Amino acid sequence: MSTEVINNNVVSNEIYVSSSPHMLSEVSTKKIMWTVFATLMPAVIFAVYYFGMPALTTIILSVLSAVIFEALVQKLRKKQVTVSDGSAALTGLLLAMCLPASVPFYVPIAGSFIAIVVAKQAMGGLGQNIFNPAHIGRAALMVSWPVAMTTWTNVRYTDAVTSATPLNVLKLQGYDALINMFGSQSEMYKSLFLGLRNGSLGETSVVLLVLGGLVLIFKRYIDWVMPACMIGTVGILTWIFGPDGFFTGDALFHMMAGGLIIGAFFMITDYVTTPITRKGQIIFAIGCGVITVLIRLLGGYPEGVCYSILLMNCATPLIDRFVRPVQYGRK
Amino acid sequence: MSNKIKWGIHPDTHKTPTESKAIETNKLPSKVIIPVRQHIGAPCVPLVKKGDSVKKGQLIASSDAFVSSNIHASISGTVIEVADKPHPVFGQSLSIVIENDGLDQWEDGVLVERNWEALDNNEIVEMVKNAGIVGMGGATFPTHVKLVPPKDVKIDTLVINAAECEPFLTADHRVMLEYSERVATGILILKKLLGVDSVYVGIEDNKMDAVKAMKAAFGDKKVNVVPIATRYPQGGEKMIIKTLLNREVPSGKLPMNVGVVVQNVATAIAICDAVRNGIPLIERVVTVTGSAIKEPKNLLLRIGTTFADAIAQCGGLKFAPDKLIMGGPFMGNAQYTTEVPIIKGANGILALGKAEIKLDAESACISCGRCVSACPMGLNPSMLSLMAEKGFIDETKDIYNLLDCMECGCCSFVCPAKRKIVHNIRYAKKVSAAKGGK
Repeated sequence: MSTEVINNNVVSNEIYVSSSPHMLSEVSTKKIMWTVFATLMPAVIFAVYYFGMPALTTIILSVLSAVIFEALVQKLRKKQVTVSDGSAALTGLLLAMCLPASVPFYVPIAGSFIAIVVAKQAMGGLGQNIFNPAHIGRAALMVSWPVAMTTWTNVRYTDAVTSATPLNVLKLQGYDALINMFGSQSEMYKSLFLGLRNGSLGETSVVLLVLGGLVLIFKRYIDWVMPACMIGTVGILTWIFGPDGFFTGDALFHMMAGGLIIGAFFMITDYVTTPITRKGQIIFAIGCGVITVLIRLLGGYPEGVCYSILLMNCATPLIDRFVRPVQYGRK
Repeated sequence: MSNKIKWGIHPDTHKTPTESKAIETNKLPSKVIIPVRQHIGAPCVPLVKKGDSVKKGQLIASSDAFVSSNIHASISGTVIEVADKPHPVFGQSLSIVIENDGLDQWEDGVLVERNWEALDNNEIVEMVKNAGIVGMGGATFPTHVKLVPPKDVKIDTLVINAAECEPFLTADHRVMLEYSERVATGILILKKLLGVDSVYVGIEDNKMDAVKAMKAAFGDKKVNVVPIATRYPQGGEKMIIKTLLNREVPSGKLPMNVGVVVQNVATAIAICDAVRNGIPLIERVVTVTGSAIKEPKNLLLRIGTTFADAIAQCGGLKFAPDKLIMGGPFMGNAQYTTEVPIIKGANGILALGKAEIKLDAESACISCGRCVSACPMGLNPSMLSLMAEKGFIDETKDIYNLLDCMECGCCSFVCPAKRKIVHNIRYAKKVSAAKGGK
């Protein structure tokens, strides 16, 4: 009887013997990653429709280079090449969605390099990275090509021809200018909800991103509390600390603007870089909301979602150390 | 009650092939292999040797140790071998092999009719001990030890564990439907013995017919037959106590420390038979199922019947199984041969195919937290597993409460990276025990 050993399982031609349990669920890392990838597709298709071919080029370059970098590094490290698990493709896609549509071709490639090679593989590969790779990629691009990363070209949708993002307008010209940009407050809400505004290519369509997020919540791939806590925190704080004194802020605008929706549904729900317990995840999400608001209202940048997530990533090991699940029999 | 439960998992139950099949008593095997080691604790010493003729119910091995239980011949015939044989749990054990003489004759003086209500408690405990009764839910801990709690412990509640939360298994379910009178009598004997007023029978709510049967069997007797949520591992001792009584067994303690004794349904039957009729524990109901079995069945089998004989009584195998398991798919033991015998704690034989077991390769932990949500003990299985792999054994014990793990397998089941979490935890426990770290 010839035997071989695969993953601690002694495998013979006749029978498998291993430690219990002998039954495993259907869910797998691969399935999760590709499902998340698929739920981003509506927002991606909208981005290509709205921003045109440059968006498609950026997305393809980013995803492809992420996958190639991952395979290359794994080959170099003499590890099994695991690009089929979808995690590198997903990182590439999320990175692209955080970039302006018309960045030069080398920007997404450089971003993928930072994300995959530096932020992920140098840390030990899947599961070992401290920071969200896509956001590390974006942060590195922000300091390397600040102009390219903040150049918002005109978009196809003719009524909203503008070359600034709503958060930029708010930061530099104030709330009235923001309303003027869209014509009226209700027009502004409508445009934000549908995604008819400038911004990073994948962050604009609130409705499509929420739709994708709801699918993940329904499939129990992500927990609803994380997006709810982050978006809720941003809403409450921006309402309280309004431009004309307490309780005058436009919470709805802040909740739909910038990268908050994609961040809350697709970035802070990254398993690897966020706490493992539900209580820890709530702390994480609220922390992200607080930092986002601090940056938006007090900081130099118009948007703070990316940095808030990276900062909270640092706190994840600490949160995991101190926030434990309620244990049976140890009260 | 069900929506409050946050722990555990809800796997496919796979119970349909056997849940409506009546228990079958089939022809006796040509030989039985009875290991002298049925459970943890002291192994028994054989009282017979090769060539001896034995009768059904005859004492063939015993031990003076407190945590031990007698072993009886399950068929009549001749002892053809006393030697090391494959064991379903311990790998190998000294075993007594009896060749069947086809007569199925009882040992003289074994069978006696008794009015159990008139018996003294010490007599009852002695009968349970002599009959070799052990916990038949899988743990096989000698029952009489649990029935004599230390003097300073006050028992106020008897819990009968009839959850049968493991997928595939239907033995307890069928026993409650078909032998309800004996189950009820066994429970009433235990009630009298422990001197408790409150008795709970916890049955998962996917077996409402069993709830009905047990209620009918108790009649006007004050016993609470409670349907509980179908959720694995509801039948874990600590879980069922929490569900039924809202008590938590403190870490490192036993159910008796919160005033509870837990017994299994099959054990109740064995107690009834032993006390009322003098019958020692020589047979039990076993579910033989899985996709590789031609006709899955619930069989009443003599202790020592080999898996091969049991499977033959179910029409044999459809194909070579990829995994052969004694017990349930979550806590059962994988076997490498069908030449292992049914022991007292064997509630199932599963012959599974590839579709049921899945052999996906292990990949990196992505910290998804599914194991943490599923763990009924509130542990962090991913951390326990990772630390065990890296050799941080003391940390697993001191910081992450390694020894609270009951190895139910929920964590490994839900893991999307298919990590061998329970395997690693067992390894850590072994290393820790070897270091004297109990």
